[in-house]
Amino acid sequence: MAMKPAEEGQPRLLARLAGPVVLLALLAVLLAGAALFAGDYIQRIVIVIGINVILVVSLNLSNGFTGVFSLGHVGFMAIGAYTAALLTLPVSLKAVNLPNLPGWLGRLVLSFLPATLIGGLLAMAVAFLVGLSLMRLKGAYISVATLGFLVIVQVILINWDQVTRGARTFAGVPPHSTIWNVWIWAALSVYLVWRLGSSAFGRAMRAGRDNEIAALSLGISVIRSRLLAFCLSAFLTGVAGSLWAHFITSFSPKSFYFVQTFNVITMLVIGGLGSVSGSVIGVFLITVFSELLRNAERGFDLGALHVPPIYGASQILMAIMFVLVIVFRPAGIMGGRELDLRALLRRLARQGRKKEAE
Amino acid sequence: MSPLELLLQQLINAVSIGSLYALMAIGLAMVFGILRLINFAHGDLIMVGSYVALLAQLLGLPFVAAAAAGVAASTVAGLAMERVAYRPLRGAHEIAMLLTSFSVTIFLENLAIILFRPTSRPFPAPAVLRSVIEMGRLRVAGLDLIAIAVAAVLLLALTLFVRRTNIGIAMRAASQDLLAARLVGINVNRVIATAFAIGSLMAGVVGLLWSARVGKVDPLMGFNPVLKAFVASVIGGLGSLPGAVIGAYVLGGLEILLQGLLPAGLTAYRDAFVFAVLIALLLFRPNGILGASEREKI
Amino acid sequence: MLKLQSVDVRYGHIHALKGISIEVRDGELVALLGANGAGKSTTLMCISGIVRPQSGSLVCDGIDLAKASSFDIVGLGVIQCPEGRRIFGGLTVLENLRMGAVRRPDRSGVRKDMERVFSLFPVLGQRRRQSGATLSGGEQQMLAIGRALMAAPRLLLLDEPSLGLAPLVVRAIFRVIRELHRQGVTILLVEQNVRQALAVADRGYVLSTGTVTLEGSGAELRANPEIEQAYLSSAPEAGR
Repeated sequence: MAMKPAEEGQPRLLARLAGPVVLLALLAVLLAGAALFAGDYIQRIVIVIGINVILVVSLNLSNGFTGVFSLGHVGFMAIGAYTAALLTLPVSLKAVNLPNLPGWLGRLVLSFLPATLIGGLLAMAVAFLVGLSLMRLKGAYISVATLGFLVIVQVILINWDQVTRGARTFAGVPPHSTIWNVWIWAALSVYLVWRLGSSAFGRAMRAGRDNEIAALSLGISVIRSRLLAFCLSAFLTGVAGSLWAHFITSFSPKSFYFVQTFNVITMLVIGGLGSVSGSVIGVFLITVFSELLRNAERGFDLGALHVPPIYGASQILMAIMFVLVIVFRPAGIMGGRELDLRALLRRLARQGRKKEAE
Repeated sequence: MSPLELLLQQLINAVSIGSLYALMAIGLAMVFGILRLINFAHGDLIMVGSYVALLAQLLGLPFVAAAAAGVAASTVAGLAMERVAYRPLRGAHEIAMLLTSFSVTIFLENLAIILFRPTSRPFPAPAVLRSVIEMGRLRVAGLDLIAIAVAAVLLLALTLFVRRTNIGIAMRAASQDLLAARLVGINVNRVIATAFAIGSLMAGVVGLLWSARVGKVDPLMGFNPVLKAFVASVIGGLGSLPGAVIGAYVLGGLEILLQGLLPAGLTAYRDAFVFAVLIALLLFRPNGILGASEREKI
Repeated sequence: MLKLQSVDVRYGHIHALKGISIEVRDGELVALLGANGAGKSTTLMCISGIVRPQSGSLVCDGIDLAKASSFDIVGLGVIQCPEGRRIFGGLTVLENLRMGAVRRPDRSGVRKDMERVFSLFPVLGQRRRQSGATLSGGEQQMLAIGRALMAAPRLLLLDEPSLGLAPLVVRAIFRVIRELHRQGVTILLVEQNVRQALAVADRGYVLSTGTVTLEGSGAELRANPEIEQAYLSSAPEAGR
């Protein structure tokens, strides 16, 4: 394996900074455009993309960088969502929908930011407890164990009636999520994960992922780095859960189960494990694509031909597409590497020069 | 009912449900052992078999014929799954294969939703499967006895198969060292197909018994059983066939035990406790009770 | 019988074999020597069809091995006894041997060969119902060779049979190899133990970082001082 130079000169750092930052700048422009000019529908899609970015980027921190392939992260999303929603729900609604809440909770109403933070922190605390036992496991066992965690969360959500309304819809969540606060969190997440990924800690994580024994011999505490990544990613996922809860304003335990898990993992894998810019690109592509598919699901007219509604077709197509990507390009769109604008521009310039020579 | 009779009753329950889990878990273990693939879509084979059996009955076929059709359908579906989705990924990373099995699950479940709509349908079962036999003061479901008997027969047949026949021994060899198996001239494609066929056949049988037990079928019915089957496999040690069976009966016993021990308010959380026990178990024995020893080459 | 010409193999960026040419004639015992990482195992894996060459030809009795599946190659009688023995630990000695003969339809021939293996390796006969994992390193090597013999090989590929074994056991193994050679089995022997290998070989090749640097008859190589050089010059790769 080639050794990277110990110190990265300023221009190198900027070049690597360029990738994700430029992407975000582009998106910031898009956001402003959407917030100011676009209709309600587009605005909603932009918010969903933002939330998905947080979900995928934080999952990448665990699955991509440390190799702990968690299948239960949506459980943290649920914890963040329910916790924050419980804290922002107005007292009157709580009295009606959740009459059996403990007194202090029934009277407590927090504003959006503290509620979101508490949701994230609670998710992180749970991740810590669960992670203590899980981080030692290998490969398939970790995945099955985290799936078990997802089921545990689901069962608790469905049965803890007084707090979650059980399997019934949890409605009336104040719509605090806007394009701006969602995307500020998204930008923060991207920056955080990207910085972590390219730091010494990031290298330690990847070392632990690629060759545990070698990493251990280098003095890297593999378990500690995994646990840290797991907890941090749980925090961000919890935050995303809160943002989503305050966007969609009503949800139920089913929203945080297998289908959501598959969607997040699809975006993660298509963008490429271990690549932050890949995650962003993957989210964008998949969200837009699946939205288009979902519209098509409702049936449409192709000239004289009327295609009837086929609900579920979009999921099938996503599944097929997913398999195709895994078979033909398993490293995802970015192949596990970050977007390097300088290299891209250089390549385009070279192609341009070739065309001129012909 | 005296405590002994209660114990016996619950024991039969536990062994019955354990038998269903065992048939499922063995299918998973066989495939994992050879391919290192966690096949989530295995649960949907239950669903496929059940729906075909349902359709066959609605078309007028007697139960036995419908059951045979269901089992055949599961087997074919399993083989198709292997050929189409998993063979192109031979040798790929564990995670890639796991995610592919996710996709297959989503594909099959949504296909079923499109064809049969997401609501559940009643599953007609013959009288013998709905009967209740009275033995002394015990009331035992005929279904339980049949499940136990069927599992015993199938597991015995499988044991003979992997011990006496060439292809059975080849399956064991392939799950221990796939490369060596290839070098020795074992037809790996055929071995893998056989593993899938056997596992899918068993899943089909489980489907019938499960549907008869709960009385209905729905497109998502396979998810919970496959999850339980995985827990069973993990308890016994992923990839080990005897481990899968032991893990399954342990799981069955654990479920019944928790059902009885948990205070009334908490019985609904039974599944959560089961998974919590699993996580706790992995803390002490990261490779399961009979964990297949993964030797790390240093 | 076996002819490799300009075989080129890459693993991603690693250029493992850089156009090597090797020949094994009927009844010969050819040694393939070289330090760690020289490409010896890659060569055998290529012959067995596990690894595909980027270019070059591998022909065995007129059949192109580069296009054949590993399954077919075993059917041709090209049998490898891989590095590290790789016996089936969970299977008994008998079952291991039975798997060696898995492609053969003739039951009586298989039975005869099993007796032959037990006469070559009496200790295997004593432990025939024990599982492979309980055998010692030397016994496992014998089992690996025995398993390969069960396939009635026309060309036997042995990958480092002496690896990790005590000198006494190594001598015993090589006695068997000599006996097989005497019985007319064609053998391609990959070894790091130069002395033992050249003591039995008719001809030999020395591989160094993917190329053949020396070749000649057993006698010529034994007398050649450059053999040491071939090992030392590839020292950076050694002990990878």
